[in-house]
Amino acid sequence: MSEYIMEVNDLKTHFHTKQGIVKAVDGVNLRIKPGEILAVVGESGCGKSVTSQSIMRIVGQKKSEQLSGEVFYHGEDLLQKTEAEMRKIRGKHISMVFQDPMTSLNPAYNVGTQIAEMPQIHENKPKKAAWQRAVEMLKKVGIPSPDKRASQYPHQYSGGMRQRGVIAMSLSCDPDLIIADEPTTALDVTIQAQVLDLLRRLRDETGTAIMLVTHDLGVVAELCDRVAVMYAGKIVEEGTSEDIFDRPKHPYTQGLLHSVPRPGHAERLQPIEGQPPSLHDLPEGCRFADRCPFVMEQCRNEQPDLLTTETPGHTVACWLEKEGVEDDNRRTRPRQQPEETF
Amino acid sequence: MIAYIIKRLLISIPVLFGISVLVFFMVRLVPGDTVTAMLGNSYTPEQAEALRAKYGLDEPLITQYALWLKNVVQGDFGYSQFTNTPVLEAILARLPITIELATLSVLIAIIIAIPLGTIAAIRRNSKFDYGASLFGMLGISIPNFWLGTLMILFLSLYAGLFPSGGFVGLAESVWGNLQSMILPAIALGTAVAAVAMRMTRSSMLEVTNQDYIKMARAKGVSNSRLIIKHALKNALVPVVTVLGIQTGYLLGGSVVVEQIFGLPGVGQLALQAITNRDYALLQGTILFIGSAFVIINLIVDIVYGFLNPQIRY
Repeated sequence: MSEYIMEVNDLKTHFHTKQGIVKAVDGVNLRIKPGEILAVVGESGCGKSVTSQSIMRIVGQKKSEQLSGEVFYHGEDLLQKTEAEMRKIRGKHISMVFQDPMTSLNPAYNVGTQIAEMPQIHENKPKKAAWQRAVEMLKKVGIPSPDKRASQYPHQYSGGMRQRGVIAMSLSCDPDLIIADEPTTALDVTIQAQVLDLLRRLRDETGTAIMLVTHDLGVVAELCDRVAVMYAGKIVEEGTSEDIFDRPKHPYTQGLLHSVPRPGHAERLQPIEGQPPSLHDLPEGCRFADRCPFVMEQCRNEQPDLLTTETPGHTVACWLEKEGVEDDNRRTRPRQQPEETF
Repeated sequence: MIAYIIKRLLISIPVLFGISVLVFFMVRLVPGDTVTAMLGNSYTPEQAEALRAKYGLDEPLITQYALWLKNVVQGDFGYSQFTNTPVLEAILARLPITIELATLSVLIAIIIAIPLGTIAAIRRNSKFDYGASLFGMLGISIPNFWLGTLMILFLSLYAGLFPSGGFVGLAESVWGNLQSMILPAIALGTAVAAVAMRMTRSSMLEVTNQDYIKMARAKGVSNSRLIIKHALKNALVPVVTVLGIQTGYLLGGSVVVEQIFGLPGVGQLALQAITNRDYALLQGTILFIGSAFVIINLIVDIVYGFLNPQIRY
């Protein structure tokens, strides 16, 4: 048995459309240890959400959606499982929290019923016991007077409470792993902090691992043990929070960190120039090459694999790492080169 | 919920009052009146005057209306000037037939529309979906009287499966009653089924793209439960609206279909009343049909409350 509860190897999700193949996820590798919070970070459209939905096999049901690679969960490849076997895993062993709590609860049923559905399906609990569980779960996520709230409908909940409700639902069968797809993006800033606190507390109490998909670096720094940075369908850098925030190796990661304000630092924010490549028509070489200030000839021709850096467990997919260009050296180089690089 | 129903009932009072005004005055806009219809072609003006005075038709319209309304509120719909029987009695005798016809038609429509629309949405762009679309198009464009006539021709006259017309009471024979009702119900219900099917399909397509359906899938819910429990309940809201409106049209359509199949229902009664300019009878039947429309709308609103908790609270 490996030390990971989940190992994703070379996961690819390709959508066949009239305009051609969209490679939304194109060779993603991820590892999650029990009880760990792993962040998957990247800008909009880089394939974070598709990755999480591919792991759950919510994507990949239609003919036009093609999944390949391996998703090992406790040593078993989820991509080889039948739909019926997957159904037993979804919700019970791996559950999900979606981005927008306003739309991820069914408006036609009260919240208690929706939570109780999980133990009813997965544990064959009788209705009453399942309802009792729902009330317990609501209490656990900090909803006041949970027995009254359980019989209320989603429209009677505020946004933050709905997300708590969704989290209660995802926890109700005591899963090993929760995939939270931008759980705070749709919430007010004050509520965001509460929900993040809640996630951390629940992880500490239950030992559930969390895969947190987000574009918010602040969230990552606050909450996560390890971080995987995703760009145009690939993981470009992975390491502990310290690795990523203190010793970022990939130019994209560096760019991301430069483009968010840091308290106590007066320097100007430096946005990453340009746009990510179209997923229809990906470049042959490194996908970040067109936007990279350190681009080399090799970058345009060949895709770099994930390479281990001097810190164990910190990997980066960049030719600079192979070249052995010194970290400090890179930092001192100007962020943006004049025209000659392009 | 009860307070809501009472509120809705109170709102329907002015609606019914409006219907009564419209009915009363529109009936009188039609050229000719009861008296000319009764007397036929040869009569003297004196005879006509005498009859008008007898029925109170020489009074000013407003007085006539006030008198009629006063009686109606007390439950007295007057006498048919042609048959001299009480209007209420004539309507109540025929009402069950029309109610049965309408109910059967709506049932047939629901049984066809909801499964067909749901499957068409799930298997979007499949052969089944195209077949359903074809049914939807034909169902809407084929008029009920033509469909009725064709069914009489093929199923009754050629195949001899059903009687070509006439009515068998439910008390006489349940099977006979069903046989006499099924063709007219299909003739009336097909268009409703087609419209409701299209609405179910598009509404299902919209709902199945919602996040809560993805969420339900992520919970490990089976496909059948996903569709029936999570999607359909939400998708039915607009379908119920369409069914309500269509049932109103269906009452109008029953006038023609009852005529074709020789069913002695309220529709047929209304048609007789129009040809005879039988004011009291016509006013009575139309007021009944109007009330039925109001009641159907009330039912639709109650079903809404059941489907969508936001309306209930």
